Amino acid sequence: MTVRVTIPPNLRDLARTPAEISVDVAGEATQRSVLDALEARYPMLKGTIRDHVTQVRRPFVRFFACGEDFSHESPDAPLPASVAAGTEPFLVVGAIAGG
Amino acid sequence: MSRVRVLVGTRKGAFILTSDGKRQNWDVAGPFFTGWEVYHLKGSPTDPDRIYASQTSGWFGQVIQRSSDGGKTWDTPGGGMTTNPQGMPQGESNKFLYDTSPETGKPLTTHQFYDGTQRPWEFKRVWHLEPSLDDPNTVYAGIEDAALFKSTDGAASWKELSGLRGHGTGPQWQPGAGGMCLHTIILDPKNPGRIYTAISAAGAFRSDDAGATWKPINRGLRSQYIPDPNAEVGHCVHRIAMHPSRPNTLFMQKHWDVLRTDDAGENWHEVSGNLPTDFGFVVDVHAHEPETVYVLPIQSDSHHYVADGKLRVYRSRTGGNEWEALTKGLPQKDCYVNVLRDAMCVDSLDSCGVYFGTTGGQVYVSPDAGDSWTAIVHDFPAVLSVEVQTLA
Repeated sequence: MTVRVTIPPNLRDLARTPAEISVDVAGEATQRSVLDALEARYPMLKGTIRDHVTQVRRPFVRFFACGEDFSHESPDAPLPASVAAGTEPFLVVGAIAGG
Repeated sequence: MSRVRVLVGTRKGAFILTSDGKRQNWDVAGPFFTGWEVYHLKGSPTDPDRIYASQTSGWFGQVIQRSSDGGKTWDTPGGGMTTNPQGMPQGESNKFLYDTSPETGKPLTTHQFYDGTQRPWEFKRVWHLEPSLDDPNTVYAGIEDAALFKSTDGAASWKELSGLRGHGTGPQWQPGAGGMCLHTIILDPKNPGRIYTAISAAGAFRSDDAGATWKPINRGLRSQYIPDPNAEVGHCVHRIAMHPSRPNTLFMQKHWDVLRTDDAGENWHEVSGNLPTDFGFVVDVHAHEPETVYVLPIQSDSHHYVADGKLRVYRSRTGGNEWEALTKGLPQKDCYVNVLRDAMCVDSLDSCGVYFGTTGGQVYVSPDAGDSWTAIVHDFPAVLSVEVQTLA
């Protein structure tokens, strides 16, 4: 399936991509499978969204979809069907922090 | 005619400033890596077009950038569309994993935290990149939490030189106000096995076997802010500088105190002399005069701006103790900037150029060894580092 992923400006600059990227995801669409596909296509994003080793989300990164916050959901939980269907994007967001 | 290329890291990106040997008219390129903190950029001594940059973010972590054309274009080594022998994409250039291999016996697991408890080492960012003196693909990285890493494949992958953390005093190291960072790496040009490092707040260390084993070199340092002012480690060393012709002589700007050693760090003595304050971050040595030293005094550790509203570089032509204020062209009232530890450098043109960048976003140059100064730029983001390359 093809999943639409939106990444924040700093990571667009790093990966040299537009705001929204389409990635081919094998199997069920979950945070892990979507991010695996994203990092496979753009290896320079490894370590910028999740820790290299633990694969834990970086503290100031959030995952939104369909108006909901999925940041604290299991990385293996299924994402909404509309994300899997490509009608809604999976949003990788830099949290508002600082002044 | 010779020319210079100045590499500037700031809180919001990197810039490259170029000029001919007169150093009067400048071209400004950038910003590169906009919106990211760029702690340090440095070029290879053997291939000046090879430049490494540490790009970091509180949100998105660490990225290492590399240029092979003098900073015109950049890439993330190992982060492109390449594959390893297993066919999986690589992305290792920002992967700094502390050594916990069985061969080294998990050299250390904890260090001292602000509250006195022991904490595990945790990677935060790369403070300093030091390219090898003889191989453009070999580069060292000083990181926070303090450790030394080395790459031999052009920064595509990194391996810790774990003997530094493992030599025994690691559990006594603790963070300075800016974090527990390894910020200074000096490679001895006459003794290929000798490396100096400095860590806030642990002190200075030396290896004589290319980074395999290390010893603290802090005898003579006296720090009133630690329980034993003369302790083997725990000193907040801010910067060390060396003249390549005299590698056993080092100059140090400590949290407070300017010091020198003439025996490769075995013994240090204070040379603050008549400085108005001996707190500061930077220290550097004239390119052609090993006894001419530059510092930039900061009022105090609680103020972190220059004293009396005056931006003054101090120069000693006697290897310390006797210092003169260099003020021509620098603001002498209402100035309250800081100059951070990696933000001063010298070029090697016949008339030695001296450069520094401020937290107020100015980058200053003196083409006459400090006698007079002009601002190359006035309004950059806060400057974190300044390095200069002297090009043929």
